[in-house]
Amino acid sequence: MNPTSTMPTESKSSSRYTILDRETPRLKTILGRWESLLAMLFVVVFVANSIALPHFLDLVNLLDGTQNFSEKALIALPMALLIICREIDISVAGTLALSSVAMGLAKGAGFPAESLPVVALATGTACGFLNGVLVTRFALPSIVVTIGTVSLYRGLASVVLGDKAFTGYPQLMADWGQGYFFGIVPREFVVLLVCAALFAVLLHTTRWGRRIYAIGNNPEAARFSGIAVDRYRLALFMLTGAMAGLAAFLLTGRIGSTRPNIATGWELEVITMVILGGVSIAGGAGTIAGVMLAVLTMGTVTYGLSLANIPGIYMTIVVGVLLLVTIALPKLLRMRHARGA
Amino acid sequence: MSILKQREPLLAAMVVLLVVAVGLRAPAFLSAGSLANLVTDSTLLVMLALTQMLVIVTRGVDLSVASNLALSGMVAAMLGAHAPGLPLPLIVLAAVAVGLALGVVNGWLIGYLELPPIVVTLGTMSVYRGAVFVLSGGAWVSAHQMPAGFIAFPLDRLLGLPHLVWIAAATLAVMAWIARSTRFGRDLYAIGNAPQCAGYIGIPSHKRLPGTYALSGAVAGLCGYLWVARYAVAYTEIAYGFEFTVIAACVIGGVSIGGGVGTVLGAMLGALFLTVIGNALPVLQVSPFWQSALTGLVILVAVLINARGAGRRSRQILPLHGTGAPTERSAA
Repeated sequence: MNPTSTMPTESKSSSRYTILDRETPRLKTILGRWESLLAMLFVVVFVANSIALPHFLDLVNLLDGTQNFSEKALIALPMALLIICREIDISVAGTLALSSVAMGLAKGAGFPAESLPVVALATGTACGFLNGVLVTRFALPSIVVTIGTVSLYRGLASVVLGDKAFTGYPQLMADWGQGYFFGIVPREFVVLLVCAALFAVLLHTTRWGRRIYAIGNNPEAARFSGIAVDRYRLALFMLTGAMAGLAAFLLTGRIGSTRPNIATGWELEVITMVILGGVSIAGGAGTIAGVMLAVLTMGTVTYGLSLANIPGIYMTIVVGVLLLVTIALPKLLRMRHARGA
Repeated sequence: MSILKQREPLLAAMVVLLVVAVGLRAPAFLSAGSLANLVTDSTLLVMLALTQMLVIVTRGVDLSVASNLALSGMVAAMLGAHAPGLPLPLIVLAAVAVGLALGVVNGWLIGYLELPPIVVTLGTMSVYRGAVFVLSGGAWVSAHQMPAGFIAFPLDRLLGLPHLVWIAAATLAVMAWIARSTRFGRDLYAIGNAPQCAGYIGIPSHKRLPGTYALSGAVAGLCGYLWVARYAVAYTEIAYGFEFTVIAACVIGGVSIGGGVGTVLGAMLGALFLTVIGNALPVLQVSPFWQSALTGLVILVAVLINARGAGRRSRQILPLHGTGAPTERSAA
């Protein structure tokens, strides 16, 4: 059987159903996209803030405000890939704490300042590697594994720290954590934008990224079609760890110390960012653009609240309600639609 | 031999072994008072782990229990502080009602709107925690503001045992009954094992799930009062991060996060195990900072042990040729 001669005729005979690679975009579908809704929400929040708060539209302040979320967003990027891939990593904040402690230890041991980011990245990657090995090698659910490792990592960090804190980090770290490019754009924000661009390219234009979607949609089918699913999972866990290490480097540089309570509760904030960004918790769907829009929206709300002198904990309510409304509203509308029809 | 293969006897043996091992190093740990303390300390975790188990059995998870506990506890504490004349049962009832209401919100979102439990409870967790702050204005309610009877109740003794232990034992009995002998409980296992099949045979999961989360909420509310009264203080951050301890207790107890598997006894033993570790460290004069790291290790070891043999192998989608296939199938 010669495939080149038979295949075309076969496909021609079965072409009663034309399957387009991509639906032709219509205005309604474009507007109905999660990213468009988020973009509108972002604009609404931004405009509302600028009207309500006189000092909101100050470029210097606005750019400074990005530091509040840059580190979290850095972790949200690989987390989005993980969740698209049907996995999750609860241990990111623990990884961050341990990486920060590792830097403190390395600094105490007389490592040069330039090696500290390497130490942080290596620690983070090692933590991610352990998660990934447990998930892939032993076929354990990632949520259980990372609930275990978050205690482990944070516990180890607090064992090393005790009730002390590491301080006196070299200037290099403060430069990256608190410094600016062109005297106005925080370096952290630039790092975030660069990373976001890299992740977007990786996820949306490479074979690697397409395979992540394939795994998330159906891991077994992906495996049967020859994708080394476990290798991808392991790589993603290590990537998440590495990004948590990078976030540890920036955060430690920004606050200038490592304390036991560093980044507590971040795992849930990071996951909230990702979910709000339209990444499906069931896997297989989501975009980096959505995650970044969610990050910016949450950042704007936080910044506005802090300008209005509202305690940070109100922010948790706003974020929680935002999360619930954004996932419940489409469902409610659809149910009403179904009932009406 | 077969008894050793079951999870619960093994886990019970581990708990006993751990207690004895610690006792050998520090005999004070084995004194009646210390062991009674251990049981009392474990009660709240046991109760929360039991309802969490039911939730996890349905393939869900309730991350909002700790926030729910904090909010119900704060309501109870403020009622106690502002209306000292209020009879205690009414306060407890109020705490349970608040917890129940919060649980019903979760249940409605998850059961009727069919939203993913992890996302819903992640959201309500933040909202409930924030609500504690809004309600209390960020202030603490401390021991001297609460009525004496309010604080004393959990540790007051009835027939030689603290009320806490009685309440936990009652919860244990009720949960065991629900999980084993009621249609509601059996339905939960069916939903967890195969949600679609459960639907086909007529199990109304949109009614069962709200019930489960409501139960989880009500018990969290009860624990809220008990927590606040026991530690005689209420503030925004009480039980912060406790949801993970509760889930950890379930995981150690052999409750499968994939749903459909879990026993009341296992969840209780898991909670007991974690409490033993927590209480043993100070006795052994190990730095308390080790507790979290050890807990993490225990969770990992427990899931590794639980997963042994039950690993999800890649499924056979094409029939095997030869004689081996039918027997293997019946074994699985």
